[in-house]
Amino acid sequence: MRLALLLLSLPLLAQVTHQRLLNAEKEPGNWLTYSGNFSGHRFSPLKQITDQNVAKLTPAWVYQSNSLQKFETTPLVVDGVMYISEAPSHVTALDTRTGRVIWRYRRTLPDDVRVCCGQVNRGVAILGDLVYVGTVDAHLVALDSKTGAVRWDVTVADNKTGHSITVAPLAVKDKIIIGIAGGEYGIRGFLDAYDAKTGKLAWRFWTVPAAGEPEAKTWAGESYKRGSAATWVTGAYDPDTNLLYWGTGNPGPDWNGEVRAGDNLYSDCLIALDLDTGKLKWHFQFTPHDVHDWDATEVPVLINAEFRGQPRKLLLFPNRNAFYYVLDRVTGQFLLGKPYAKQTWAKGLDDSGRPIRLPGTFPTVEGTRVWPSVAGANNWYSPSYSPDTKHLYVATRESGAVYYFGNAEYKAGEQFNGGGFRSIPGEEEWGAIRAFKPTTGEVAWEYKLFTPPYSGVLSTAGNLVFGATAEGQMIALNATTGKLLWRFQGGGTVRSNPMSYQSDGKQYVAMTLGNSLYVFHLQP
Amino acid sequence: MFWLAPFLLFQLQQPLDIPDKNPHTTAADIEQGKRLYMGRCAGCHGPSGDGGKGANLAVPTLPRAAADRSLYRIIRYGIPDTEMPGSLMDAKELWQTAAFVHSLGQVPSAPITGNAQAGAQVFKSKGACLNCHALGNEGGRIGPSLSGIGARRGAAHLKAKIVNPAADVPDQFRLVQLTTKAGKTMRGIRLNEDTYSIQLRDFSGNPQSFWKADITQLTEEKKTNMPAYQGKLTDTELNDLVAFLANEKGAQ
Repeated sequence: MRLALLLLSLPLLAQVTHQRLLNAEKEPGNWLTYSGNFSGHRFSPLKQITDQNVAKLTPAWVYQSNSLQKFETTPLVVDGVMYISEAPSHVTALDTRTGRVIWRYRRTLPDDVRVCCGQVNRGVAILGDLVYVGTVDAHLVALDSKTGAVRWDVTVADNKTGHSITVAPLAVKDKIIIGIAGGEYGIRGFLDAYDAKTGKLAWRFWTVPAAGEPEAKTWAGESYKRGSAATWVTGAYDPDTNLLYWGTGNPGPDWNGEVRAGDNLYSDCLIALDLDTGKLKWHFQFTPHDVHDWDATEVPVLINAEFRGQPRKLLLFPNRNAFYYVLDRVTGQFLLGKPYAKQTWAKGLDDSGRPIRLPGTFPTVEGTRVWPSVAGANNWYSPSYSPDTKHLYVATRESGAVYYFGNAEYKAGEQFNGGGFRSIPGEEEWGAIRAFKPTTGEVAWEYKLFTPPYSGVLSTAGNLVFGATAEGQMIALNATTGKLLWRFQGGGTVRSNPMSYQSDGKQYVAMTLGNSLYVFHLQP
Repeated sequence: MFWLAPFLLFQLQQPLDIPDKNPHTTAADIEQGKRLYMGRCAGCHGPSGDGGKGANLAVPTLPRAAADRSLYRIIRYGIPDTEMPGSLMDAKELWQTAAFVHSLGQVPSAPITGNAQAGAQVFKSKGACLNCHALGNEGGRIGPSLSGIGARRGAAHLKAKIVNPAADVPDQFRLVQLTTKAGKTMRGIRLNEDTYSIQLRDFSGNPQSFWKADITQLTEEKKTNMPAYQGKLTDTELNDLVAFLANEKGAQ
């Protein structure tokens, strides 16, 4: 009964149309897509919480997950309701003011789910009156946004062969875009679009070629058959070009490149696909013939800015391989690339953006020390772009690894790594949240962290950057100067991204810390 | 969180089916296993497997891995709550490594010459080891616990450590020195540290915690608080102490 009363007191649940998603900045109180807008900005125009008052930020409520898996979700907020995913593939709807549960979707999974790096999920998508979630057993499920009831459930791929879904889907126009994970299982990677209403497959773009296709020549022999190039991090969309921008993952096997000589297209690429057809418009490969597991599965950031005197449509990409890239997002032209963290594998990039590799950096049976580490200088967690400060904020890792070369014999459903890695004994790893000038890659400021971070950042119109340390603290920095203004120890290592919303006229900031979702507001 | 880095990304899945017997034990397998071992294992277990920072593997029967299957599992998944990590090697490589590890036990390792009973006396009296180290429920917490040390460390490593402790200082027992804004100076063993604070144990055994904002100077001393016993113990006493520690297998 109490729940019914609560539901009645919520504002009328309106349909989430594509128009609303396109104009997300017009309703800053909601958070409608994974990155807050289609451009991957993770910026909140809300400014009730500012650099002047953030010191008074305090928990409004906490939601504890029952799962001890990593809690990686970015909540969506629509008109008073928050939608979160929980490990392994659950969805929960919460009241944004009280944190009380409105409905739950609990997925039953097979005992032997194959997923490399934890049974996790990074969030849901919403369109119309449906909430979409990908599952670790590689299904895409549409739920009724009012009740959590399953409206459709389609098999994207077979989990028995190591396909899984951890990525938050992206709802665009009439389609649900969903990527696949399984880069450590020798899958053939792809990116899918499904009809939002029916769940019917609209198109599939294979990130690894089939026999006879020109790209197959970038793989020795038939090695493309185990090529991986998974698509496990949510991309961006530009309505003007009607292109979808998505990063692709490592080639398989990860550390043994001998069995797959060649550039290995389209692994470690940014691919630009026509939204309506799924056809490739252009691609840019960051790490040809990757042997360090440096997936290009970071969130692309789209901005329009003057570049060397000319107004251009840009795509910003702080890559896991420790280079920062600026591309023209209409043509895919390489405009700028430079290291933004310690790296020892490339002398630099040539005029086309191709890395000039240093000798002696490939994995060996005895072990080879290379910076950055397997986790990279950046990873799946989100950067943020503020249109106010015009800075790109990136949580950066400064650490190396010892890389091992090993066998690579494919067996369906088993990990296909071809080696391994470990941390460098005695290395003093560290990290920083850095503010970059996006068109030059210059560092505007840096805030040092004791441990390399594994969580993203949010910037807000209150001149703030929110982020977290791997040691459990959520922090707020001055977006212009990088000065620490607030922190809170949440009690568990942080593997997620912050977001912000407004409810009943009050601004909240939310982030999972450890196994709980913390929602902060200004002390009343 | 500083000690949790290596397996940040990959979580090792439970095996689907592991055979009882090692299927890769030819001379060529052992040879490949040796290459893998030298790259990944020898750093801690020593090139001939007689231990170091890691356990002595040059024994006929491994205490934690009497069966092939259990050895495979340990190499694959590591041993929880120890420094032994898991590995991403594939099944064949794991078996080849296991085959080489097994072969180490076929070679006699350097015999332990000391008298363990006499060593127990050295441990308690002249060595005064319990001042800093725990054994069972006795002793201090300034240094690492020595309960079961013989199962984790080889005799040669134990001897080297007693003679010259500075050669290998464990990460979790780093000496730090700090000065607070109020002018207080303190030395101790680092227990934990993050961006904003540090926790340490002082030499009276008390835990202490400081905000970094209240500290004017924080230095990590790349040395150990353990005294070097070179010249302080006779050769016999040293060998007896090593024998005592090597026999200390902990509660089974």
